[in-house]
Amino acid sequence: MAGILVYVLAKDGEFNKNSLGAISEAASVVGSIGGEAAAVVVGGDIADDKLATLGNYGATKVYKVDGPEGVAQPAVDAMAKVMNDNGIEIALFGGGLLGLEIGAGLTARLDAGVTMEVTGIKSEGGRIIVERPVLQDSQIVDVAFNGKAVIVGRLNAFEPKETGGSAAVEPVSVEFSEFSLKAELVTRGEQRGADVNIEDADILVAGGRGLGEADNFKLAEDLADSLGGAVAATRAVVDAGWYPYAAQIGQTGKTVAPKLYLAAGISGAIQHKVGMQASENIVAINKDPNAPIFEFSDLGVVGDLHKIVPKLTEAIKAKKGA
Amino acid sequence: MKIAVLVKEVPDAAVEKRIDPASKRLDRSGEKNLNPFDTHAIEAAMQLREGGAVQVDEIVAVTMGPDSSKSALTKAVSLGADRSVQLTDDALAGSDVNATGYALAKVLESESPDLILLGQQSDDGECYAVGAVVADHLKMPSLTQVIKLDASGDTLTCERQAEYGYDTVKVTLPAVISVGDAINEPRYPSLKAIMGAKKKPLETKSAGDVGIEAGKVGEAGSKTEVLGLNPPPAKAGGELIADADDDIDGTVSKIVSWLDERKLI
Repeated sequence: MAGILVYVLAKDGEFNKNSLGAISEAASVVGSIGGEAAAVVVGGDIADDKLATLGNYGATKVYKVDGPEGVAQPAVDAMAKVMNDNGIEIALFGGGLLGLEIGAGLTARLDAGVTMEVTGIKSEGGRIIVERPVLQDSQIVDVAFNGKAVIVGRLNAFEPKETGGSAAVEPVSVEFSEFSLKAELVTRGEQRGADVNIEDADILVAGGRGLGEADNFKLAEDLADSLGGAVAATRAVVDAGWYPYAAQIGQTGKTVAPKLYLAAGISGAIQHKVGMQASENIVAINKDPNAPIFEFSDLGVVGDLHKIVPKLTEAIKAKKGA
Repeated sequence: MKIAVLVKEVPDAAVEKRIDPASKRLDRSGEKNLNPFDTHAIEAAMQLREGGAVQVDEIVAVTMGPDSSKSALTKAVSLGADRSVQLTDDALAGSDVNATGYALAKVLESESPDLILLGQQSDDGECYAVGAVVADHLKMPSLTQVIKLDASGDTLTCERQAEYGYDTVKVTLPAVISVGDAINEPRYPSLKAIMGAKKKPLETKSAGDVGIEAGKVGEAGSKTEVLGLNPPPAKAGGELIADADDDIDGTVSKIVSWLDERKLI
């Protein structure tokens, strides 16, 4: 074992928060398994002094690869080469769609073991063991690897930790596979139907079927405005056409971990829970006392959101104005 | 154009899932059904055929699984596939995602499709990204979570929602594409299609038939080991305001102070 290679996603020269968290996670375990926490960045034409700042999160080396960004397979080529050339046997991703794709491709390429949705990494006797929740998070399995390992974290499971320091930047020239270049990014990161990136919002007000009808999303929007937050939605209401898909939280939508997640009229089905359970504070307003969301909310309010939410909005406005 | 659609049988959603205490893996016994996500892949194939932008000569449903997985294939055929292929072999039991992808790649090699479609994820287990594994073994470009798919000549224009918003990606065939469930509304099979599905050709192949190396699949080829099973850390019970409607103003001021104590206002 010679350390861990972390894939770092970037767009417009800015690193993804989940990638930074993965670097910090790698840095915290390499001490006990040996080697270094290294990062790899593919494409993006990012300046060396910017790449070196990944050292602040615990990386000691950054492999810089010129190539297409935003698609998975060139990154598989790059990571396979870096790992083979440097005797690295563990690859780590902070999650996300590209992380899943690159991780899966790399698993095939390296004939490795893979575990996804990982929420923690530990070591025992110099061996890496990962924790992965299963069965709707009712159990956590400990998984070990026989040989090379690809670990894909659950979104927001790894917290970036600034430790100070600077990483050495090493350019790597990669000859990409012919098929890796046959998926070409035409446009990236187009925003549709929502002008806020709910994944970056500190405060989210989420609306579910309990709102009753599309027009009642106004209640959630007003509350979000008063709190300085953004609006999110459940799959059920997105499917019903009440709110845009870009705002969808859950298994087939976004995964978020804001400081405050206020759920209005959301029952808390597991498909929704997996997308928001990492939130720091969860407040739920629902008229059904048996709604599952009350099992994992920090403040549960059993009542009629149509009566409570407008008054809550006013009260918060008054409080802020005071 | 020949399209192969990968399908899978999964435990029926109504059946409670459990971990087999002996193997510590997901118990996959019980009532089975076609993975609901796969119906979107079949529908995407049908819409390419019916759309007329490209000529689709054949749609083949392919699965790997025990004998019972034939019913998933029959369902896939009732939804529009022309015929089906089942890869079944005791040696494949217990395959992890990499071994599964490798085995599927081998059976697909014998079909040489121009386009391989699959659903975004299977309902059970770890197989979110089996498409990307299959693609690497077949040396084909690949994209997952595609929610809009247009074909023209040997180029696919795909849209999907990635980390930063919607991406548009051009992919040259042959390719492996996983579709998201937002791509379409799968049709219901007609009674005639259901009745006719069992008469369509279903070919059964063994691992040896498609040149699968025994050491690379099954439990022996699995590169992960489940060491143990633990309950999740207990979450401290939250506070509850019951009967909030009885005193709306009181409830609101309780919520406001709760938020204020945590510096959220």
